[in-house]
Amino acid sequence: MAYSEKVIDHYENPRNVGGFDKNDPTVATGMVGAPACGDVMKLQLKVGENGVIEDAKFKTYGCGSAIASSSLVTEWVKGKTLDEATTIKNTDIAEELALPPVKIHCSILAEDAIKAAVADYKKKNA
Amino acid sequence: MNYFSLFNLPETLTLDTHALASSYQTLQKLTHPDKFATASAQEQRIAMQKNAQVNDGYSVLKHPLSRAQHLLSLRGLVIDHEQHTLGDPEFLMQQMEWRETLEEISSDEAALEEMQTEIQANIKDKLTGLASLFEDEQSNNEDIANEIRKLTFIYKFSAQIDAQLDKLDDF
Repeated sequence: MAYSEKVIDHYENPRNVGGFDKNDPTVATGMVGAPACGDVMKLQLKVGENGVIEDAKFKTYGCGSAIASSSLVTEWVKGKTLDEATTIKNTDIAEELALPPVKIHCSILAEDAIKAAVADYKKKNA
Repeated sequence: MNYFSLFNLPETLTLDTHALASSYQTLQKLTHPDKFATASAQEQRIAMQKNAQVNDGYSVLKHPLSRAQHLLSLRGLVIDHEQHTLGDPEFLMQQMEWRETLEEISSDEAALEEMQTEIQANIKDKLTGLASLFEDEQSNNEDIANEIRKLTFIYKFSAQIDAQLDKLDDF
């Protein structure tokens, strides 16, 4: 199966790979996995005082589409508030990366990673 | 389609693999297209369908993971080819750590083999737990589904270790 140029770009030059200390109260951690393919994704957001995402890092074990989806999401969430970040839809990710139908679950995984991270932050700072 | 009844086997996760293999051979012979070479077109078609069912059933029952999925579907929940996301942070963190370790030991054959032994023991534990969940009629289907989903990750990881070991052998 041929990957789109954007997927290859993110796969070969992934943005924001890495992580933050998950015990830091300003860090939101989202862990998600796709049982269909066994992909595992960790998305971490560094949240500023006004609820704005200052930085984002990811680590993904999975196929090129899963890595590209999470890499793209780290770029998109920066500068957004947590609430704004949760409005990112998997269809936006799939469209941007031109993912084929069999790889749609990778974009769903990235969307769910944002939601999981935001939920983690709210739980931490409740 | 209940493959357990097709193969005349009890509906359990732990399965007698010899009984499965011998039942498969018998059914294979009974439905083999060669046997129907002189039969009517309709009989040939039916035999072909049966033969395909036998082959499908065998591949489903052979592997514990697809067997568990089939067993769950008989309880009313279909989870194969789903797009469900698993959100169990503790389990996923462990999966992440395993994958990080695999990267670190990727050229160390002994360490890889040791890890594979550990993963196989983990799979065995999980299958035992899953088998007792299936035996309990009160078990919640969604709980069973989650255990099967977790096993998917572990089997995938085990296959990755094997792939890495194969790679080392090629040198």
